[in-house]
Amino acid sequence: MPAVQETIEQVKAIDVDQYKYGFVTDIESEKGAKGLSEETIRFLSAKKNEPEWMTEWRLDALRRFQQMEEPDWARVSYPKIDFDDLYYWAAPKSVEGPKSLDEVDPELLATYEKLGIPLAEQEMLAGVEPKNRVAVDAVFDSVSVVTTFKEELKKAGVIFCSISEALREYPDLVKKYLGSVVPVTDNYYATLNSAVFSDGSFVYIPEGVRCPMELSTYFRINEQNTGQFERTLIIAEKGSYVSYLEGCTAPQRDENQLHAAVVELVALDDAEIKYSTVQNWFPGDKEGKGGIYNFVTKRGDCRGKNSKISWTQVETGSAITWKYPSCILRGENSRGEFYSIAVSNGYQQVDSGTKMIHLGKNSSSRIISKGISAGRSQNTYRGLVSAHRKASNARNFTQCDSLLIGQDCGAHTVPYIESKNASAQFEHEATTSKISDDQMFYCLQRGLSEEEAVALIVNGFVKDVIQQLPMEFAVEAQKLISISLEGSVG
Amino acid sequence: MNASVPIKHTQAESDLFDRYETAKDNLPGSVTVNALREAAIAQIRDKGLPHRRVEEYKYSDLRAFLKSAGPLAGNVDAASARSVLAAADTFADLDRYRIVLSNGTYAAELSDTDALAKEGVTVTDLGDVLTAEDGARVLSYPKTGPTDGIVALNTAFVQGGMVLEVKDGAEVSKPVELVHVAEFAGAQVTRNRIVVGKGAKLRLLESFVGDTGEGEINAVFDYDVADNAVLAATRLIVGRTEAARLLTTTARLGAESELRTLGFIAGPRFTRNQQFVDFTGENSEAKVYGVTMAGGRDLADQTLIVDHAVPHCNSREFFKTVLDGEARGVYQGRINVAQHAQKTDGEMMTQALLLSEEAEMANKPELEIFADDVICAHGATSGQIDEDLLFYLRARGIPEDEAKTLLVLAFLSEAIEEYGEDDVTEGLEARVRDWLAGH
Repeated sequence: MPAVQETIEQVKAIDVDQYKYGFVTDIESEKGAKGLSEETIRFLSAKKNEPEWMTEWRLDALRRFQQMEEPDWARVSYPKIDFDDLYYWAAPKSVEGPKSLDEVDPELLATYEKLGIPLAEQEMLAGVEPKNRVAVDAVFDSVSVVTTFKEELKKAGVIFCSISEALREYPDLVKKYLGSVVPVTDNYYATLNSAVFSDGSFVYIPEGVRCPMELSTYFRINEQNTGQFERTLIIAEKGSYVSYLEGCTAPQRDENQLHAAVVELVALDDAEIKYSTVQNWFPGDKEGKGGIYNFVTKRGDCRGKNSKISWTQVETGSAITWKYPSCILRGENSRGEFYSIAVSNGYQQVDSGTKMIHLGKNSSSRIISKGISAGRSQNTYRGLVSAHRKASNARNFTQCDSLLIGQDCGAHTVPYIESKNASAQFEHEATTSKISDDQMFYCLQRGLSEEEAVALIVNGFVKDVIQQLPMEFAVEAQKLISISLEGSVG
Repeated sequence: MNASVPIKHTQAESDLFDRYETAKDNLPGSVTVNALREAAIAQIRDKGLPHRRVEEYKYSDLRAFLKSAGPLAGNVDAASARSVLAAADTFADLDRYRIVLSNGTYAAELSDTDALAKEGVTVTDLGDVLTAEDGARVLSYPKTGPTDGIVALNTAFVQGGMVLEVKDGAEVSKPVELVHVAEFAGAQVTRNRIVVGKGAKLRLLESFVGDTGEGEINAVFDYDVADNAVLAATRLIVGRTEAARLLTTTARLGAESELRTLGFIAGPRFTRNQQFVDFTGENSEAKVYGVTMAGGRDLADQTLIVDHAVPHCNSREFFKTVLDGEARGVYQGRINVAQHAQKTDGEMMTQALLLSEEAEMANKPELEIFADDVICAHGATSGQIDEDLLFYLRARGIPEDEAKTLLVLAFLSEAIEEYGEDDVTEGLEARVRDWLAGH
């Protein structure tokens, strides 16, 4: 069925030309030399005062990267990236080492203010605990400019800092976990990231601690001709819990910019990590000029029993998105979740999905993916669900729906479902009408028409995805997508 | 994978090149046909046999399976073909016409040619077609993408086959069975073209009988269903063989036409049944069914691409797989909807039942949609027999084995019955029971 008028208008409302965050901050910055070479990496590593092993780790990754070929299996097309024509290091000049909030360049604070990210720590009101406080790590081009609420988090035993700082302060922790979920040679862009990653967040939640506030990182690409290569590592010790949010924007520029990040999550016994993203990189203009190339490797390792990792993403930006947040369900009774809404418009190309790799007994996973394509965009869901020999009683439920608005866009679904264990029970659905016959029957029996019933059920499902987001992000996400999913196409 | 670096050929690949050198002068073909054969063997030389790094063969690594390749099989004499046919009559209870291919070549003396002629059906030896000046025409029909290794193998080595044409408006009163009699170790390579004229109706049965050693059976079927025509094709791949069975169907549907196919696989060893269905006229319908049973260390692969290139067409794909032992089942299905193919209705379902701990199923149901006013859906499930259902039956005094048989039969029958060729339903269900009892 065709999309209703209301839906079309709502999609128009978030049209690429209305990108709100396209401004450039005029700030003096320092860049490394252009090009990808050993010198670049040594420069970068020295700049960050990294230990010797880290420099070697990077150089090893570079050598491997130089022997790899760019993958071409994704349904995206773009001109060849010249890795030697990029800056791998760009930092606002005023930032030298960790600082307190008072010392941060006011220009930077103003930028984040403009983006709607409050960096000032909310003061305690006479004895009243402010609600929904969020600790923010702000990454500007290649460096983290400030991390808020650090002291308070420290009291709870939580480490929340930039990865550069973690390398200096907690080298053993970093060394133990870095690359243990996404190995150096995992894929082309992950290898590149391993060689040149600049900054990102490091989170460590000690045993039994429930992180007292939401943690958040806000990524901003500002400089021209730079790539942003952030690296995030989150470790949740036994019985701990953390909710982490990530947001991204970039200025409106004519040339394409590269963003190749790696995110690694480790959840030990009974731990839970909730990772939410609102990705709103500059998507390119109406003619498809400019925009971010977003090549991201995100993976969570449910290493312990009863551990849980949940990915929620709202993707509206980037010229090209190549992103598959995945879960390795290694622990018994571990659980992986993936909730995604991907909206593409203009000339955007999205190739996104997830992998749920069931290794442990009784592991379960759930995938809810909603793709909405408009304009001349291409939106692909690509996912893998697999159960290995020992994953007895593994369960997966997958639902991926797509909506096309207009005649020049495409929506594609490429699921891989591999079962190597008879007791694994996998269900994959891609129709609204087949979501659940019971629900349909229930609605029809109460006098709703089939279409109303479908709309009701599907709207309920989108709400589910949105509700997975923490409050702060849900509001932003809802602003980005308030689209009825009427007329869904598998 | 860099294409400019020559690949290291496997033993089987080297054998294939030797086979080609030995056989090429005796294979039927005009100058243009021979040029196509040369190009096909060059492709194999260049890319090797299809292997797991080729996306379409990710789960069915033919290169790893074929350890060697023997020579092309020679003719079977009429007497032994008759005895094979008598011993393994797949559709014994069915009143039907029969066309026999013996080791891949058309055997006119064993076929009901005269009776078919009276029904408006002509059968031509493919060997004669290939040697005619425009013989290349018959090889150039299948549209399977330029790189499909199985079709390239077929083109390089095709020994014979037949072209069956149903004249416009003819409704063939009885099913026509196309039976492949095999008696060889080595390879049997055949291509068959079935043309159903405007408004004509044909029910086709395809079966493979006889005993083979290791090797390959490579058969390509090309269906041309004209405007308002109806074709129902039941393909039965049963019985034990050591050979790899590589079967390809390409089909083109004219306007207001209808195609129904059932690929029935029981005991595959290594079987790939790949089908490519193209809609070329509006308001047509394709229903593609698959029933697969595999045990031991066998592999059964049902691969399907339905191409909705024109508006207002419906397609329904329904595949059922039952796996036991260490068998591997593969379903790869894709519905393509072109930008102007509005009002397309496509529905794809694949379901697998795993009877043993070691069985493996890979499902890959894909949608590729460029039109906005369409209804497309797919579903995939895999799991084991529902304990509750089993309990229900056992509580009513049905022994466990029988209860399992009932449940498996019920599971597979869903597809067989929806396919709806009533006169073969019973026979097929009996085959399911046979497989369950004796695999």
